[in-house]
Amino acid sequence: MMRLGRNGPIVLLTGLILLVAVAMPALSGTSLEVSRYLANAIGQLAAFAVLAISLDLIWGYLGILSLGHGLFFAIGGYVFAMYLLKHSFVVTGTVPDFLQFMGWKDFPFYWAGFDFFPYAFTVAVLVTLLVSGIFGYVSFRSRVGGVYFAIITQALVYVAMLLMFRNDTGFGGNNGMTGFSVLFGWQMGTSGMITALAAGSLAVLALVLMLCRWLVGSRFGALMLATRDDEIRLQTLGYETLRLKLIVWCLSAVIAMVAGMLYVPQVGIINPRVLSPELSLEIAVWVAIGGRGHLVGAVIGALLVNAVKFWLSSAAPDIWPFILSGLIVLVVLVFPNGLMDLAKFRLTRPMGPKRMAEEIGEARP
Amino acid sequence: MSLTALLVDGLTVRFGSFRAIDDLSLAIDYGEVRAVIGPNGAGKTTLLDVISGITRPKQGRVLFDGALDLTQTSEAAIARAGLRRKFQKPSVFEGLTVRQHIAIGADFGFRSRLDTPALDDRICEVLETVGLTEHVTRLAGELSHGQKQWLEIGMVIASDPSVLMLDEPVAGLTDEETERTAKLVRALVRHDRAIIVVEHDMDFVERIADRVTVLHEGRTLFEGSMDKVRADAAVVDVYLGR
Repeated sequence: MMRLGRNGPIVLLTGLILLVAVAMPALSGTSLEVSRYLANAIGQLAAFAVLAISLDLIWGYLGILSLGHGLFFAIGGYVFAMYLLKHSFVVTGTVPDFLQFMGWKDFPFYWAGFDFFPYAFTVAVLVTLLVSGIFGYVSFRSRVGGVYFAIITQALVYVAMLLMFRNDTGFGGNNGMTGFSVLFGWQMGTSGMITALAAGSLAVLALVLMLCRWLVGSRFGALMLATRDDEIRLQTLGYETLRLKLIVWCLSAVIAMVAGMLYVPQVGIINPRVLSPELSLEIAVWVAIGGRGHLVGAVIGALLVNAVKFWLSSAAPDIWPFILSGLIVLVVLVFPNGLMDLAKFRLTRPMGPKRMAEEIGEARP
Repeated sequence: MSLTALLVDGLTVRFGSFRAIDDLSLAIDYGEVRAVIGPNGAGKTTLLDVISGITRPKQGRVLFDGALDLTQTSEAAIARAGLRRKFQKPSVFEGLTVRQHIAIGADFGFRSRLDTPALDDRICEVLETVGLTEHVTRLAGELSHGQKQWLEIGMVIASDPSVLMLDEPVAGLTDEETERTAKLVRALVRHDRAIIVVEHDMDFVERIADRVTVLHEGRTLFEGSMDKVRADAAVVDVYLGR
């Protein structure tokens, strides 16, 4: 396990992220200009990296696996889409597709005020805190943990997907929401906007990374690790672990929500498929591949898996699920701590059942 | 402060139809080291589980300091009241350093109550007591079994508890380590502290205990000094004679 005090990798990574964030706009107009496609891909990857950090915080540092983080990601995504549509409507008068499709003359009443971004953002934070807070309190209070908690979170995201597939909810139904034309008063889809969104996402990623680094390095972070390693031990030392778990769970949910807000303007669409169990499972795969309990690992895992996915989904879409499954098997059997194991990988150590048993044993929460 | 640290009164704990503790009553005073011995399944660890709030009894109560009923109190609140426990299996936080353990044990709550110099002093003092001063920056996961046992003892004594429970503190230790642990336990005796030790090693018990309670099938079989315990026919029959 990496020493907590060793800051080198995370400083390096944050520096690199900020460098790219500054370089992309600086290079525009020159011969080294980043293509629109690449800039857009970088921006989406940054959003996924933020999402991976949110899961690593709760899974890697607190030992609570969520297979439903897509829910919080979707809350951010949907609210941001609502802001974009309402804002576009106010500026250009474009009526969103889903209103026309439903034959509705006006926005449902709960869309009021969504053209004002601070209001939309506040709503997103409050809804995220409400959903995560109630769900977390009930689960942690009843001491639901481990695989049971993971299964319930998976069910939760599935229920949310079924709900959002309904066309009469006023959130776009199965077609979702698309056709965003204006963001903060600026035309969307231009090179400048794409670069700005990507650079902004990278900046948020760097910020989230530093925030989480500070948190896990603090006294509170030590208590998180203690809860992960032996919760009853910590309780019998006088600590209310329920509050600690609830705080980190809600914080993790809000970070996932922010990732959703970064993601939607860059893909230009949101629909209930972000709530599919597959996406939520995939987040766990990114973190597992990168290395649980390492913020750098979560970021690298998200970037690496998604970069391969971006490339393969156009080159050979059919084999992607097999590659992903293969990676999971490899991680479970050979690298229980993900790519972070490579750093201390001893090639001289013989492979065999004993080593596998040892390392799988270590990997168990 | 009353003379009696813990009063166990008519305690019954059932797991299904099995009575782990059966109408047990006993009193443990401040200033003493009480050993609780008995065959496997006698209810020793269950008794500690009830005192630390992990297991809730079917009947009966456990009064701390004559006032606080521990059977109605949460684990964390019990610990904050001044009762600390070392578990049977060394329970340390693998991902944290030795220093962080003592810091966590010395304090509670998310914000530190002790200021930094006071905490540093306390950590030094505790590490010296348990003999881990030179390992202060090591991760608990890297320590030997014996060192983990001492680290956990250090963690639970860091807050100066009024009641200290030690569940098999010398299980799996070498003779030398056992000797050291016995000295450590005797050094922790204070007039305002009760120490309860569950242990199978009779020589160790003889060295540390002021009084011994022998449990059998959830009841008190015998209570007295170790000499008398050794001489008691019933105890020899169910436990020591085997």
